[in-house]
Amino acid sequence: MIRGSIALTVERCKGCGFCVEFCPTKVLALSPAFNTKGYHPPHVVNADKCSGCNLCGMYCPDFAIFGYRLPQAPKEAGA
Amino acid sequence: MLDVIPANPVESVLRTDRIPTIWCPGCGIGTTVNSFAAALLTSGIDLNKVAMVSGIGCSGRVSGYMNTDSFHTTHGRAIPFATGLKLANPELTVVVYSGDGDLASIGGNHLIHAARRNIDLKVVLVNNMIYAMTGGQAAATTPHASTSTTTPYGSFEPELNLPHLMDAAGACYVARWTAFHVKQLEKSMGEALKKKGFTFIEVVTPCPTLYQRRNNLGDGLDAMKDYKQRSKIKHGAPTSEVALIPGGEIVVGKFVDRDRPDYLTLLRQQYGERFHEDYTQVSGGEDFQEDPNCCASDGGGGCSTSC
Amino acid sequence: MMHADPAHVEPGSYFMNGDAACCEGAIAAGARFAAGYPITPSTEIVEHFAKRAPQVGGLFIQMEDELAASIAIQGMVWAGQKSFTVTSGPGFSLMMEHIGYAAMTETPCVFINVQRGGPSTGLPTLPAQGDMMQARWGSHGDYQVIALCPSSPQECFELTVTSFNLAEQYRVPVMLMMDECVGHMTEKVVIPAAEQIPITPRRKTKKAPGEFLLYEPGPDLVPEMAHAGDGYKVYVTGLTHDHRGYPVMTPKQQDELIHRMFEKIRRAKDALTIVEEADLDDAEVVVLSYGITARVAQRAIQIARAKGIRVGKLRLKCVWPFPEHKVSELAQRVKAFIVPELNMGQIALEVMRAANGKCATIHVPHAGGSVHRPEDIVAAIERGAKVC
Repeated sequence: MIRGSIALTVERCKGCGFCVEFCPTKVLALSPAFNTKGYHPPHVVNADKCSGCNLCGMYCPDFAIFGYRLPQAPKEAGA
Repeated sequence: MLDVIPANPVESVLRTDRIPTIWCPGCGIGTTVNSFAAALLTSGIDLNKVAMVSGIGCSGRVSGYMNTDSFHTTHGRAIPFATGLKLANPELTVVVYSGDGDLASIGGNHLIHAARRNIDLKVVLVNNMIYAMTGGQAAATTPHASTSTTTPYGSFEPELNLPHLMDAAGACYVARWTAFHVKQLEKSMGEALKKKGFTFIEVVTPCPTLYQRRNNLGDGLDAMKDYKQRSKIKHGAPTSEVALIPGGEIVVGKFVDRDRPDYLTLLRQQYGERFHEDYTQVSGGEDFQEDPNCCASDGGGGCSTSC
Repeated sequence: MMHADPAHVEPGSYFMNGDAACCEGAIAAGARFAAGYPITPSTEIVEHFAKRAPQVGGLFIQMEDELAASIAIQGMVWAGQKSFTVTSGPGFSLMMEHIGYAAMTETPCVFINVQRGGPSTGLPTLPAQGDMMQARWGSHGDYQVIALCPSSPQECFELTVTSFNLAEQYRVPVMLMMDECVGHMTEKVVIPAAEQIPITPRRKTKKAPGEFLLYEPGPDLVPEMAHAGDGYKVYVTGLTHDHRGYPVMTPKQQDELIHRMFEKIRRAKDALTIVEEADLDDAEVVVLSYGITARVAQRAIQIARAKGIRVGKLRLKCVWPFPEHKVSELAQRVKAFIVPELNMGQIALEVMRAANGKCATIHVPHAGGSVHRPEDIVAAIERGAKVC
């Protein structure tokens, strides 16, 4: 089950690449698309690898991205 | 899946109506702000009692982006302003967040004396090794042989060893991290917020547009990768040995963590002895005596000095 | 109207020097916190305050230089206190950037300059009045300040109180322009009962956080204040800013801000015309003076009258804003203004400007270091009386 996800405010991104580089599980890559300022924001390329650790958010100098944990399914009784 | 995506907790301490920031792509200042915001939120400190004081420069813009009482003061003089704030209202948590040129070049004198006095201030010095805002002039922290606009043939001045200076001046907490060390920096900032006395954290940060570019060092990301590769954590290292050597080791860690009574503690001790506990310091925010008959009491303004 | 705190005012008749009286005035006005740096001949004020402040629950901190002192006091103001600093010429020059900062951020505070011989190191222990233009124009850019000039230790007490009151009223830095003579002179000072000392309190807003804008002007063009720590998230910057305090660096914002800050003082010109006048109704010549020079001028006026010259007196207690309407009115009907000053001619230039050619302006310069001889002023009065 996917453990985490990211939220992106595309228009704040300046395409610096910190989040792509420092994500420990390489969830992100810079997208070929542009935002209105002409920067390439990141996009998710490995969604199932995201743990919601928020290192991307900690590194982002522009407060454009952050990661969050997804609620996990309860463990089955007796497992 | 979540029905509602949670908000980025950092945003609760930002003036979001002023974002995007003026900082360049790949500038590390915003990264340090994430660490600081996280530390602030975890600390449990009343955010209404936090005052951010900055000087002039790119790092000096931090106070304006934070949703706190913010004071954007003059170049080099954030620390004496912060001293006045803290002494007149000791309930405030006073943070000085500014750059290397501002705090250590023009502001060097004040940095030294506030550390000496052990004024209860939390200083974050963002060291991008250049005067960035004004276009890339050399600072006291600019590495030897760097090209800058005022050292077009390469600088030949030695850099200031900031932790050593602060240690010698008497700061009770001295640490250095880089913008790469987001978690360790957050932890350090949390410790500094909790510690009473003058705390000093230097954060080595990329300036991609001016320092990196003019010295053929790539962009902000290249700098961050470089910090990751060249940093060495040495907690407790003697500060005389942590100078930043161009191309050499970046020694990071917590170098000094000692207890010394802060300025106000010493003051209260002495006045308490002298005035036999008759001394109670006037605290900030004390309401002046209202005169119910005074028309100016309703905030209407326009009061002349003779009723 | 609020009055001074009776707990901290000891009314009575004292034999006190101007520096000490100034310190007592600050305490009566409600100042408990100050920062300073030693410089002759002003140091006694802060030495006195260093002793008095803890007695009234405050503190004095000697900073590492005047740059630090002049902005530490502003931190004290934003923390909720009334504050001041004290200096003389060389320190006044160092404080100029922060006087401009106080004007731009509309921080109410008081800068006391006990003037001495200049320029540069000059005559540290001797009087002069050479910083009068600097008080108005010393910092860069366009801004307005208020400057008061005491002529006696009694006035050092009274005008210090007035300085604080005006600072709060107009949210502006106020310069108290003393001189070494007035500062070091010991005379009778009567401190009245606290109930008779009117105090203007900090104009703190009653609006809630979120509703209040730190730079939104009131009906008198002066914004209300809020302090750090009260939940207002104040944003104070020296950059050109809007009503929220947010930097807005455009010509339009600059125009609005600078004009308002000028106008808030300009429209108070009547309240800020603080003068002592005598025998102006039938005067043919008017002696315009301030500070210690006014005392010598008083003697010169006596001598001249005894000689039959109709001499009027106009002593300025508030020098900036300059009372130009008073001067231009008088200029219509007198032959000359006589302006003795312990400088090479500074306020004389203002007199000349305001008189606008309608009468002569005869200045009596003095490079500083001592006071005028009455005869020199008498000679100027006589020249003035001979003007056609």
